[in-house]
Amino acid sequence: MKEKVKRISEYIYELPKQDGMNVPGRIFASDKLFEKIKNDLTLQQVKNVAKLQGIVGYSIAMMDAHQGYGAPVGGVAAFDIKRGVVSPGVIGFDINCGVRLLASDLDKKDFIKKRKDVLKEIYKNVPSGVGKKSDFRISQKEIDDVLVRGVEWAIEKGFGESRDIEYCEDNGKIEGADSKKVSAKARGRGMNQLGSLGAGNHFLEIQEVEKIYDKKTAGIFGINNVGQITVMIHSGSRGLGHQVASDYMQIMEKEYGWKHLPDRQLAYAPIESPLGKDYIAAMRSAANFGFANRHLIMHQVRKSFTKYFPKCDLKLVYDVAHNIAKFEEYEINGKKKLLCVHRKGATRSLGPGRKEIPSAYRKFGSPILIPGTMGTYSYVLVGTKKAEEISFGSTAHGAGRVMSRSSASKQITPEDLSKEMREKDILLEVGSLRGAVDEAPSAYKDVNEVVRVSDELGIGKLVARLKPLGVVKG
Amino acid sequence: MIKKFEFLGHTSEVKFRAYGKSVNELFESCALAVSSVLSRGMKIKEPIKKEINVYGKDKESMLYKFIEEIIYLFDADGFIVSKAKVNVEGKSLNAVFYGDESVNYKDLDAIKSPTYAEMYVKNNGKKWECQVVLDV
Repeated sequence: MKEKVKRISEYIYELPKQDGMNVPGRIFASDKLFEKIKNDLTLQQVKNVAKLQGIVGYSIAMMDAHQGYGAPVGGVAAFDIKRGVVSPGVIGFDINCGVRLLASDLDKKDFIKKRKDVLKEIYKNVPSGVGKKSDFRISQKEIDDVLVRGVEWAIEKGFGESRDIEYCEDNGKIEGADSKKVSAKARGRGMNQLGSLGAGNHFLEIQEVEKIYDKKTAGIFGINNVGQITVMIHSGSRGLGHQVASDYMQIMEKEYGWKHLPDRQLAYAPIESPLGKDYIAAMRSAANFGFANRHLIMHQVRKSFTKYFPKCDLKLVYDVAHNIAKFEEYEINGKKKLLCVHRKGATRSLGPGRKEIPSAYRKFGSPILIPGTMGTYSYVLVGTKKAEEISFGSTAHGAGRVMSRSSASKQITPEDLSKEMREKDILLEVGSLRGAVDEAPSAYKDVNEVVRVSDELGIGKLVARLKPLGVVKG
Repeated sequence: MIKKFEFLGHTSEVKFRAYGKSVNELFESCALAVSSVLSRGMKIKEPIKKEINVYGKDKESMLYKFIEEIIYLFDADGFIVSKAKVNVEGKSLNAVFYGDESVNYKDLDAIKSPTYAEMYVKNNGKKWECQVVLDV
């Protein structure tokens, strides 16, 4: 690490302005996590993002941050609307990669008898979409509807229930989407993949509520007791979103050049330029596709549960994007200001009262869903005013990798992973055990430490802890 | 015979270097590397041929678009590449991909996109070399 970093407080490190940075960098981490963060190119990437035009406050890396491409994963950057830029590399290729959580009315002791059957049924009904076509075939015309209307389209088609809508971020339909801004190539990649999980770190998990930290908030979110069964879905906008990001990155590079950039992956367009507006409309379309994708997966999960538990009710707790740019208001030097907040592997954390929060939750704060790894806990947190003050309303999004996929597959055998899961009593239904090894728990940072820092720093407070009982992966 | 490609460590993505005696061979080596990611090293049969053309104002953007085409064919056409025959002339690249239908294989992996992060293409004397980070 060549970057000079100073410690501001127990969990805040600062990368002072240097080498043409417009703002300082801030890294939220404990000693233990910072030791890992400083070992790859994360700090260099925080610095590169800080050099972008119109960035406000700080270029931020969360406690789960690791090296990405362009911006780090676990990065947050807010831009002034008039002077600032929008950059696909600071959002990620997987636009609206995110997490959806369902809370059931089933208890572990009832569920466990049918665990294997339910898991197999889900595996059968939810395609990975890798090298295969999804069952949800849609027409060219219908895809426009998905892009503009997201979850609203899905419900109209008979997937899910109308009560689901208000428990999705932006009601599962971001306004300002324009399907005409999505290329034929992006549509081509997405057509076969709607309703599929994808590969890599995407997963579907059946969990039990293992610990409740904040009974009142948990209850409001529908998490009532220890042993309650929950389902977590982690997926994104599939090939469609990836291609939207790739298309616009290349157009932006052509229009605004890249030779002046610290990293070619950070191509951008001014937010208010025609190209910037086009990308934002396309990004919103891809985000709606991502919401609809998780919604269709949820529908299949409900169907699979109902086969074995005909009366069970799986209520949608929340659906939140962790790769996206949003226009949000924050107080800057005592004045409210609308900013374009880029989150790349960071979860929105809004305190009580914000209009963006579903009305049933508004008095408490936004739900934050933080998946761990397939062998460790996942967490539900709640958003805070402190996050609005220091991290542009953001906290971590997961455990964050620490080991490369190539080292994981060298150090861990499929047998090791199977044994670990068996010992932890977690059932695994995976398309590729070798693929699952890439995602083995030891390839990640300690998610418990990640959420502890979020809680102590106050940028996302602990609500409940979820333990995996079964994992489905592509 | 020189090594065609090798994988390097990256915290979250797939990073590789590829080599070739000519620019054509370099791109052919990249197709082998990308194929080995998608197939997880499995042998892919070659009953199908697909031809593509891309234009790149520099070698890096040519390489980016070349890999993007392989990913597109995988996602949109269900085609998995085994190898490529490449012909670069100036800023234009023509490639014929040999491969198979992806439904004939289990245990495949996906690639979200090529990236420009840490990417280079260089020609040091007799050898061409490039480095690529794939978002996976």
